[in-house]
Amino acid sequence: MKELRLMKGNEALAEAAIRVGADAYFGYPITPQSEVIEYLMANRPEDRTGMVVLQAESEIAAINMVYGAAGCGKKAITTSSSPGISLKQEGLSYIAGAELPCVVANVVRGGPGLGTIQPSQSDYFQSVKGGGHGDYKLIVLAPNSVQEIVDYTKLAFELAFKYRNPVMIQSDGIIGQMMEKVELFEQMPRVEPDYEWATIGRKEGKPATFVTSLQLKAEEQEKVNLRLQAKYREIEKNEVLYEEYDCKDAEYLLAAFGSCARITRKAMELARKKGYKVGLLRPQTLYPFPVDAFNKIAYQVKGILTVEMNAGQMVEDVRLAVNGKTKVEHFGRFGGMIPNPDEILNALEQKIIGG
Amino acid sequence: MAENLINPENLVYKKTDVLTDRIMHYCPGCGHGTAHRILAEVIDEMGIQNETIGVAPVGCSVLAYYYFNVDMQEAAHGRAPAVATGIKRVFPEKFVFTYQGDGDLAAIGTAETIHACNRGENILVVFVNNGIYGMTGGQMAPTTLVGMKSSTSPFGRDTKTMGAPLKITELIAQLPGTYFVTRQSVHKPGNVRKAKKAIRKAMEYQKLNKGTCFVEIVANCPSNWKMTPVQSNKWMEENMFPFYPLGDIKVPEEK
Repeated sequence: MKELRLMKGNEALAEAAIRVGADAYFGYPITPQSEVIEYLMANRPEDRTGMVVLQAESEIAAINMVYGAAGCGKKAITTSSSPGISLKQEGLSYIAGAELPCVVANVVRGGPGLGTIQPSQSDYFQSVKGGGHGDYKLIVLAPNSVQEIVDYTKLAFELAFKYRNPVMIQSDGIIGQMMEKVELFEQMPRVEPDYEWATIGRKEGKPATFVTSLQLKAEEQEKVNLRLQAKYREIEKNEVLYEEYDCKDAEYLLAAFGSCARITRKAMELARKKGYKVGLLRPQTLYPFPVDAFNKIAYQVKGILTVEMNAGQMVEDVRLAVNGKTKVEHFGRFGGMIPNPDEILNALEQKIIGG
Repeated sequence: MAENLINPENLVYKKTDVLTDRIMHYCPGCGHGTAHRILAEVIDEMGIQNETIGVAPVGCSVLAYYYFNVDMQEAAHGRAPAVATGIKRVFPEKFVFTYQGDGDLAAIGTAETIHACNRGENILVVFVNNGIYGMTGGQMAPTTLVGMKSSTSPFGRDTKTMGAPLKITELIAQLPGTYFVTRQSVHKPGNVRKAKKAIRKAMEYQKLNKGTCFVEIVANCPSNWKMTPVQSNKWMEENMFPFYPLGDIKVPEEK
């Protein structure tokens, strides 16, 4: 039976984490995502499933607690918002290097610095290009609704364990804070880990297991990097997600992700009413990026406008994907400002249709 | 003649199986080897090898997971108590320890150390304090003594600009989450026995979920102190021990 609820994005993420059978949540308060830990503390997941919830002394400690739990093969998750995610980059690099599975959600707010508490998409580069030191990738999911927050929390753990890689759910202050109807999946059981890579206690007669991202010999560290790169190619081959709206006959394309894609869709409808054949391509995975989808549609359209709540980040990946086949421009509002459909339509007319 | 003596019935001491056969990279005369051994022996004697998960730091003992034959995780610099918290919270029935140096524990990881101890995480923290950054080549540590020379205090630690050495163990002992806090050394057989007893006690307390147990081991660093092992032990007795006196700092009330 369908279980429908009206929930905030942040609360829905917390509920989904309990239901997916997560073993541990470690977090630190920061606006606009504090509802995640508040919801978890209030809902006593330790009684419902035995899930551990702990408020850490910092985002740095929280991500390292995730490292410890993930190293034991447990399902661990942490959430934060932009400045806190910056603090987690060290830990994320170590987790990626040690090839541990975990889920991190970034409810993005405007930056740089302390910035603002309003929604933004200005952490795109940080999420999809690695963020911390070293050559590594996070799998990055970009929900555009409370429903997708729930669905992607489940998907994130599946992908994290499939590839032994950290997965980032990148929402923003809009998706995190707004309430929507959401269908919840049924409670899944927590599983006792039995992975050969996990520190679950040495097995008699077998050598001990250790989790590390250190190789003192360059030759060995290059091998680690080659293995990581091979994994990323697999991820790029298998895990791309995107949605197309009215792309079949499109002469112009809008590209947007997350909350901004919903506003952009409205702009697309306004453009269609004015007689422009406009489509919308919405990446649901920011890494792996839907390179082929953009590359394909580049032959069909006269130009692409990316609409982002940042100063132009995804636009670079779209340009790389289309590789000069069509014009790609960017329209953005930033610092916590949200574009409205009229200004998007105006930008489309100015930069692409009339340009 | 000698070969006749080497047979099982004459065996009086052997390396515990909780240490691997890998040759340690530690410098001659360094205290790490002995500190590893007594911790491994305690794990062996308690029969908890397969229930123990250790956390290695960044520093000289970064490769501790090569030497302990127990499951281990290598933490980022200073983050071992947070990593250990993550492990212990999902595996409360396991024995969890961190093994950290002074830079790791008392400088970059101060927040993680204090808060793990303050929460009373049921873990053992082994803190090896030699007053210097060993792995990176002898830079000033938070525990470097006043006037002590290092590569980043080449004219000696000047408290006016560099602050005073941090007695973090005394600080830790103030926290309600810690149950047993002690300072030991491993430079003489008697001290090795005492240090081992302290580690044993700490592991027994962990079994009883008593809170954080914290064992500091004041150690030498012949290479970076630029002394012979014997000189370094003497220097340690004359200079380190007066400032970092050996003995229990916080002991549970006997019942």
